[in-house]
Amino acid sequence: MSSTIDARGLSCPQPVLLALQAMKKIDRGPLIVLVDTDTSKENVLRAAASQGWREEAIQEQGGEYHITLTKASL
Amino acid sequence: MAAQWNFFATRNGIITVGAVIGVLAPLLQKFGNPGNMGICVACFERDIAGGVGLHRAAVVQYIRPEIVGFVLGAMLAAYLFKEFRSRAGSAPIVRFILGMFAMIGALVFLGCPWRALFRLAAGDGNAIFGLLGLVGGVGLGVLFFKSGYNLGRSQTTYASVGWLLPLVMLGLLILMLLFPQIPGKDLSGILFYSVKGPGAQHAPLLISLGIGLLMGVICQRSRFCTMGAFRDLLLFRQVHLLSGIIALLVTACITNLVLSQFKPGFENQPVAHTMELWNFGGMVLAGLAFALAGGCPGRQLFLAGEGDGDAAVFVLGMIVGAGIAHNFLLASSPQGVGQYGIAAVVIGLLVCLGIGFTMRQKV
Repeated sequence: MSSTIDARGLSCPQPVLLALQAMKKIDRGPLIVLVDTDTSKENVLRAAASQGWREEAIQEQGGEYHITLTKASL
Repeated sequence: MAAQWNFFATRNGIITVGAVIGVLAPLLQKFGNPGNMGICVACFERDIAGGVGLHRAAVVQYIRPEIVGFVLGAMLAAYLFKEFRSRAGSAPIVRFILGMFAMIGALVFLGCPWRALFRLAAGDGNAIFGLLGLVGGVGLGVLFFKSGYNLGRSQTTYASVGWLLPLVMLGLLILMLLFPQIPGKDLSGILFYSVKGPGAQHAPLLISLGIGLLMGVICQRSRFCTMGAFRDLLLFRQVHLLSGIIALLVTACITNLVLSQFKPGFENQPVAHTMELWNFGGMVLAGLAFALAGGCPGRQLFLAGEGDGDAAVFVLGMIVGAGIAHNFLLASSPQGVGQYGIAAVVIGLLVCLGIGFTMRQKV
């Protein structure tokens, strides 16, 4: 099961909150998080790492980041 | 496209930034800034409000170049690293009101979160109540976040929208150069200058501006945020930002010891009062307002520098709030809380709680 979180335009700490909620719901991922600032990207990646998730891919399109996250294998 | 690596966003980076601020702020005090106020975003914005005549408290009027530097330095960094993005439209009137009450709360305590740390690092025990209040206010904000509080999305907009607050700051600097301080005079052209009190105490302009610019650059890169440090700890159990705050506190304390600026105690501390409850209460209000708006006053300046028009509205709310705080006798002084300061804190808390309760989305 995969899911996409649109956190574009949301200010701190909303992108991290939404991403963490989604991680709880979808178990292993993949989870795609859309953000539009470097700060949100860094915060989401840091929060994901703290939950045992890892960055699968990051694509930048027109100043927006599409972050693909999956649960790191145990 | 590979993401650009940002040293300042790492744990070592944020610790470095905290340590740099912890050394430079006490040095600014040594160079002439007010006692235990190497840098205070709230106090300095209050001084700017006085400098342009939004209030007539004669002892706190000066266009602080550090604030100008913060915004322009952040803008410079944002452009250099391709992070300047003009955006606006996320509940601007709410952010303005939050900025106003954040300033009122900070002026009841007599300092922003940065100054609370610098006061503690210089031995002012009253700062402990302020910091406890800050954590309490941020804690209230965290409860709202957990129950769906959200100011809504901003939108990408014209580049000129993001330039406006930096241009205002540049304008203030130009005014300062056009109408420089005249020794012993309280007015130079259209600008007010304190001849005594904290507003009269300042480091040389170029040093203040240079340090402000440097801090603007490194804080934009590191996303340094004092409120965020406590919020992330309470909300996510993350200590990333907190490690920068601890570095700031430790290095500021050491620097004060080296410069003989460390004087432990509660009584007769510079630009401070000893009313514990209202040191606490003022910062509960400020902390809640910062949390609901998404950043401490320094962070709002850095965000405004990288094009965030909503953060700019918060900054303008703080500057207007400083005018209100002094015109309506809300701000504290070393003698204690202003005549209507307690009422203002209570009203501010009710307003912020109202904002928190009514702006929640089901998640």
